[in-house]
Amino acid sequence: MAFEGLADRLQSTIKKITGKGKVSEQDVKEMTREVRLALLEADVNFKVVKDLIARIKERAIGQEVMESLTPGQQVIKVVKEELTTLMGGEQSKIAVADRPPTVIMMVGLQGAGKTTTTGKLANLLRKKHNRKPLLAACDIYRPAAIKQLETLGEQLDMPVFSLGTEAEPVDIASRAIEKAKEEHHDYVIIDTAGRLHVDTDLMEELQQIKATVKPDEIFLVVDAMTGQDAVNVAESFNEQLDITGVVLTKLDGDTRGGAALSIKAVTDKPIKFAGMGEKLDQLEAFHPERMASRILGMGDVLSLIEKAQSNVDEKQVKELEEKMRTMSFTFDDFLEQMGQVKKMGPLDDLMAMIPGANKMKGLKNAQLDDKQLSQVEAIIQSMTKKERQDPSIINGSRRKRIAKGSGTSVSQVNRLIKQFSEMKKMMKQMTNMQKGKKGKGGFNLPF
Amino acid sequence: MGFMDKLKSKFKQNEETEDVSQKYQEGMKKTRHSFSGKLNDLIARYRKVDEDFFEELEEVLITADVGVTTVMDLVEELRMEVKRQNIKDTNGIKDVISEKLVEIYYGNDNEEIEKLNIQQEGLSVILVVGVNGVGKTTSIGKLAHQLKKQGKNVVLAAGDTFRAGAIEQLEIWGERADVPVIRQNAGSDPAAVIFDGIKAAKSRRADVLICDTAGRLQNKVNLMNELSKVKRVIEREIPGAPQEVLLVLDATTGQNALSQAKTFSEATDVSGIVLTKLDGTAKGGIVLAIRNELKIPVKYVGLGEQVDDLQVFDANAFVYGLFADIATED
Repeated sequence: MAFEGLADRLQSTIKKITGKGKVSEQDVKEMTREVRLALLEADVNFKVVKDLIARIKERAIGQEVMESLTPGQQVIKVVKEELTTLMGGEQSKIAVADRPPTVIMMVGLQGAGKTTTTGKLANLLRKKHNRKPLLAACDIYRPAAIKQLETLGEQLDMPVFSLGTEAEPVDIASRAIEKAKEEHHDYVIIDTAGRLHVDTDLMEELQQIKATVKPDEIFLVVDAMTGQDAVNVAESFNEQLDITGVVLTKLDGDTRGGAALSIKAVTDKPIKFAGMGEKLDQLEAFHPERMASRILGMGDVLSLIEKAQSNVDEKQVKELEEKMRTMSFTFDDFLEQMGQVKKMGPLDDLMAMIPGANKMKGLKNAQLDDKQLSQVEAIIQSMTKKERQDPSIINGSRRKRIAKGSGTSVSQVNRLIKQFSEMKKMMKQMTNMQKGKKGKGGFNLPF
Repeated sequence: MGFMDKLKSKFKQNEETEDVSQKYQEGMKKTRHSFSGKLNDLIARYRKVDEDFFEELEEVLITADVGVTTVMDLVEELRMEVKRQNIKDTNGIKDVISEKLVEIYYGNDNEEIEKLNIQQEGLSVILVVGVNGVGKTTSIGKLAHQLKKQGKNVVLAAGDTFRAGAIEQLEIWGERADVPVIRQNAGSDPAAVIFDGIKAAKSRRADVLICDTAGRLQNKVNLMNELSKVKRVIEREIPGAPQEVLLVLDATTGQNALSQAKTFSEATDVSGIVLTKLDGTAKGGIVLAIRNELKIPVKYVGLGEQVDDLQVFDANAFVYGLFADIATED
């Protein structure tokens, strides 16, 4: 990636000011410069960044540093809180009209993903809300756009209303609603052609459709990779159509998605859904807090810290360190460790909170499911006390017994024992390293 | 002679160039207005060249999606230049800014690489790649139309077998440009479609085969591997092909465009960029960043929805378009 996350950026600045009791003005100034760059690199509009920085400065200067955090973490916490506030709470509700059908209109630039999102939204309405939507194909301009919607309709086994490319979009929309009434569809989703926000003729067409069908929702579909121009697009569509919500697409890419913040700031309309993949069930509720972390490029470090603090017993940690040092770490300790980790929540969630974890080579493809974890647990629990203390006594027949007892295979047992001995070796190396060069090596949180 | 005069005199050389720059000025109107308008505004507001001025200059460039790293480097160079030449007022810095931007733009690249590599003899293959929704199929349609008009024998291969309606979309463009489209059913192996395309192009003695591919986000490893496979099939069937791998980029895209250019290059060795949707308010500054950081030239720009709105990229005209306001004001 061309850019580094905020956490990396802040590292050097933070090193200088750790151990202070209060966040000084100079600290904040240095750090807000880094925050500013991080936000700009994430494509947050520079005006939005400016306002944010001003607010962050005001809030952060002179703050007492919380016991559990370093001044650096303290500033990040303020930044994240500001971002999350700006993004608003989670709002994935869809309006319901007093008299059906409820009409949803999809608008946006070319290539944002309106048609795909139309299909996904219909799928969501049927699956999650038990509704019966009708899709209306009003994109008469782009070649094969109607065919695209029809194909999606076939894939979903959902009706699509179209009048070909010769009819006027306004007529298609209003006839679709008539048809929905006749056939008792409770939702109509109108797919419109992509257009530039500065194309007055085509924007007028949208206004006409709006005036005719009086939609209950107008969703602006925006590509998450949009740059600084996102403010112009969102502002313009909102001014001309008074949109009711935003759908952010292509969020399964590696963009930081600062556009989300820009859009929210200029329109003050909720971002309701996020497109998370090419499959038709990959439309999810939008999580503002996760987005804030993503924009900062830091993973959800703070939540991780909070979780760790509330779940890990200090005393146990000390004991564990001692054991690691003296190499007396056993399968029993391993089991206890796993219990601690499990208390913190599903593994996938934890991994997602570690910045850069998704980019680490080995981890990228590692299947971290909790089922595997419970298998490991079962294997260890099928060992005798003696075996847990001294794995070297586990011979062939013991392995067979353990596999049987845990409902796994001998090769799985072998693998675990091998992994365990490798882990012990690594621990030894790590503790040796820490003795040599203090602070270097081992597991470093990014600040 | 100032830099802008130099540029202007370059355009006065012949009618044809004048024409091109005219079209660019039209298409880039919004871009130009907002960008150089802001630059002028900035220069008028700040009489003295000081830190505040540089900070705001940073912002103007960042708003144009130029890319933070590029901007930081540029501003750093400007600071040095201002010191060296002892420039005190903002009017004096105008030329320096323009010169630096152009320098970034051209770099040390040979201007020849801007041209589309079509062989005089035999079949040339153009592979078109990019993320979802950037305008690959539309650009192919426009390109086919233009090449056909130039008297080339063109064949299209419908390699996007994934997205609903993609094959039909390309077929409609094929009809419009009056060129054959080689296709299979939706869901079939794209490499197989491209293979068919090559066979068909060869037997028809075509000059150019343009291969469409499905849009894919660059972080999807499997899909990127699929793309590499498509390219390998082309390489195997025709030595020296593909002559061009064009990455289509949406001008509204922000910093992620760099990541796209990088990753797609790794998978398919991109030889040029088609920058689409430049007729909106997006500034297209990403072109600077990509040239500067990845040395990939832009070959075409999309300036509208009409068939003729795909223009051969002319760096001179593009830069002139960006700075025309500053140039004419003097």
